[in-house]
Amino acid sequence: MEEKTIANQNVKLTSEGYLVDPSQWNKEIAIEIAKEEGIDLSDLHFEVLEFLRKTHESGNTLTIRKVGKSGIVDIKGLYKLFPGGPLKYSSKIAGIPKPSSCV
Amino acid sequence: MSTNKNEKPLKKVCMICAKGSIEDVYATLVMGNGAVMEGIETKLFFTFFGLDAITKKQMNKLHTSTVGNPAMRMPGGLPFPSLLGILPGVEAGVSAMMKKQMEKLDMPSVDEFLEMITAGGGEIYACKLAMDMFKLKKEDLHEEVKAVLTIGEFYEMAGGDGTQIIFT
Repeated sequence: MEEKTIANQNVKLTSEGYLVDPSQWNKEIAIEIAKEEGIDLSDLHFEVLEFLRKTHESGNTLTIRKVGKSGIVDIKGLYKLFPGGPLKYSSKIAGIPKPSSCV
Repeated sequence: MSTNKNEKPLKKVCMICAKGSIEDVYATLVMGNGAVMEGIETKLFFTFFGLDAITKKQMNKLHTSTVGNPAMRMPGGLPFPSLLGILPGVEAGVSAMMKKQMEKLDMPSVDEFLEMITAGGGEIYACKLAMDMFKLKKEDLHEEVKAVLTIGEFYEMAGGDGTQIIFT
């Protein structure tokens, strides 16, 4: 675990860069983390991030299939938004833990 | 989660699926989809009975064998007698149960899984020799199958640093 200042806020990160406490998350932090992954966040990105955070809050396991069925974006679109890590990068940017599912 | 800084990340995986039972096909699909999700270039090659997984008529009717499978157990953990496995309908029932359990874990049907893999840029191929053997044509295969290949063509795709061939 390490402490880091992102968007003028002190946050705790895991060794892989995921927020330890999802409640520390805000949009500015998301924009900063996304920049590190080379992603410019659009409104559609934020819709996906909100969905991920809500699903995580309700205690459900996240899969790309769930995002694909969310009505926000299909799986192909999800890959376009978060290239090379549709669930990994999106979870990191959404401030929730590293995905624990295999699908 | 790589701990060794000298390790080079995997760049490409080429997977071969030669069997057509639920567990063999899903092993390939889960590993293949997982690779795509990790940003790894992924190519899946289906051959012999594995062709069932990409044949329109068969792909969503896969079974798991209830005979000669020592890991098969009753719900609750008691051993599953092989003699029971030969009764009509038992294999279908067990297979349906397995699919139900997988659905609970958000594992899609075979055709949907193939679409998920190609949506992320993964590629799916069929083996020419096995196609000839089973008298299958390209039209018999699911639309997500990119091409029918010879083994030589498969190896041509498997070059490059950080490439692994996985036989499931």
